[in-house]
Amino acid sequence: MIFLLVFLSSVTTAKASGVYQTPETFLQESFRGKVPKSRMIWLSGETGKVASDILQHRPGSLRTRYWLDKNRSAWVLDEIGKDKPITVGVVINDGKIESIRVLVFRESRGYEVKESFFTEQFKQARLKADKELDRHIDGITGATLSVRALTRLSRLALYLHQQVMVSHDAP
Amino acid sequence: MNKVIVAGLALGGLVAPLQLMAAEDIENLQKEVRALKKQNRMIMERLDATVDMVEKSGKAGPSKTRIGGYGELHYNNLSNSKPGEKDKKEIDLHRFILFVGHEISPDIRFWSELEVEHAKSDKNGGEVAIEQAYLEFDISSNLMSRAGVMLVPVGIINETHEPPTFYGVERNNVEKYIIPTTWREGGVSLNGRSGGLSYDLAVHSGLQTTAADDYAIRDGRKAVRQAPADKPAYTARLKYTGVAGLELAASLQQQTDITQNTDGTAGAATLVETHLAWQAGPFTLRALYASWNLDGKGPKSVGADEQTGWYVEPSFKFSSKLGVFVRQSSWDNQVGNAVDTEYRQLDVGFNYWPHPDVVIKADYQTQDAPKGKNEYEGFNLGLGYQF
Repeated sequence: MIFLLVFLSSVTTAKASGVYQTPETFLQESFRGKVPKSRMIWLSGETGKVASDILQHRPGSLRTRYWLDKNRSAWVLDEIGKDKPITVGVVINDGKIESIRVLVFRESRGYEVKESFFTEQFKQARLKADKELDRHIDGITGATLSVRALTRLSRLALYLHQQVMVSHDAP
Repeated sequence: MNKVIVAGLALGGLVAPLQLMAAEDIENLQKEVRALKKQNRMIMERLDATVDMVEKSGKAGPSKTRIGGYGELHYNNLSNSKPGEKDKKEIDLHRFILFVGHEISPDIRFWSELEVEHAKSDKNGGEVAIEQAYLEFDISSNLMSRAGVMLVPVGIINETHEPPTFYGVERNNVEKYIIPTTWREGGVSLNGRSGGLSYDLAVHSGLQTTAADDYAIRDGRKAVRQAPADKPAYTARLKYTGVAGLELAASLQQQTDITQNTDGTAGAATLVETHLAWQAGPFTLRALYASWNLDGKGPKSVGADEQTGWYVEPSFKFSSKLGVFVRQSSWDNQVGNAVDTEYRQLDVGFNYWPHPDVVIKADYQTQDAPKGKNEYEGFNLGLGYQF
């Protein structure tokens, strides 16, 4: 009976869940309060094709926003795990992942991907020529689709970083 | 000398207008470049505004309704060593499942799974059933509650059983006969998490085993179809996933009466289950133990007062597409019987994933069954998918 009362009270006091950090706070932290002006990269042509290969579906938008300061770039990207988009912030420094963080998690299962024991595995990861990560990421039982979503977004951020650095370095 | 001066004057006379023209042209070109830059900026601004509008109108965020599913086709080629009994050589669309989920509000979701087993349902078998149909309420970012028809939080396969997620064509028999996967009940639950630790507490409908079936657990499922609700059951699970690749879990379930008051010689029952799933690079190890204790002289008289099973399954992935496994398992629904009623099975096989959501499976099984029972040996082939 007590359990049922707890359940009923919980239903009437339901709150929004899964927002662990806002994109704004993530950017403020990533650039220590000096967030550069955002830029856009178009996901068209070859860039769009490679992005589709990495995501295994067409990107959800025609462009994506990024923030660049010298060799460091920050990305706020969405990808569906099982049935809801997971919002992830990724910082790339000199072609390697500096940090990856789950900002909003909306799925019922697989929340463990937001924990540091999982995201730490991505640190310093690079993109190989075949657009795969240069290391194995240990999964989480019962969270296969969320793990896959984060892995895809880390590869996408590394690839897009490469693209913006090429255009940034071009004479 | 004079000729040089004359030539110089003549050349100067020609170059001066050219210089004037060039300066004028450069100025014009600069103006043109400035105009083009302005125009380009304007086009880009208008393009951005157009794309913004298209993206906002085309998709105001992801759809609130989600449709998905999974399925598996099996081919079994098994010889039965029990004299006079048939071999099992058949092809079967074992499972075809469709999911429908809907986000009613940011804090309330609906989730359902509709299943067809063995392609059709008639007097010869098969099943059309609701595997899940529940509402999920967020209480806070780390606590939620569910109500409806839910999967019981026990074991590895019961909650995550899409074919690409496990080895072996058929689900393992320990999680079939001891944990009666797919095991769903009607009730409510609280599901919390903190760091790498999560817990589930549920109160739900109970099993209804019978003396006619020797109190076998699997036969006690009522699938929430006008199921008796005289005697509820309680399940608690604690799960640790605080290290990448590791899952350690333990579940405890109390059935207040495992015959739902229909058998005076039986009574309460307790299930204890624990498992490990550990992935380290290409290696994965799964191990599970589950055991029931049934009260009453009825279950005791047929040895069903204890029903136990375990398996150990190491596997190795050569690449993201190919993995091999071996599984040793044992299960016994009448441990307390004076005669040997234990089944033992060894499975060896591989999974090939042409896509992460598609799997082709093959395995070979050998069985050591109790005397007088069906004992199957042979190979199985499977094709599975999820989307």
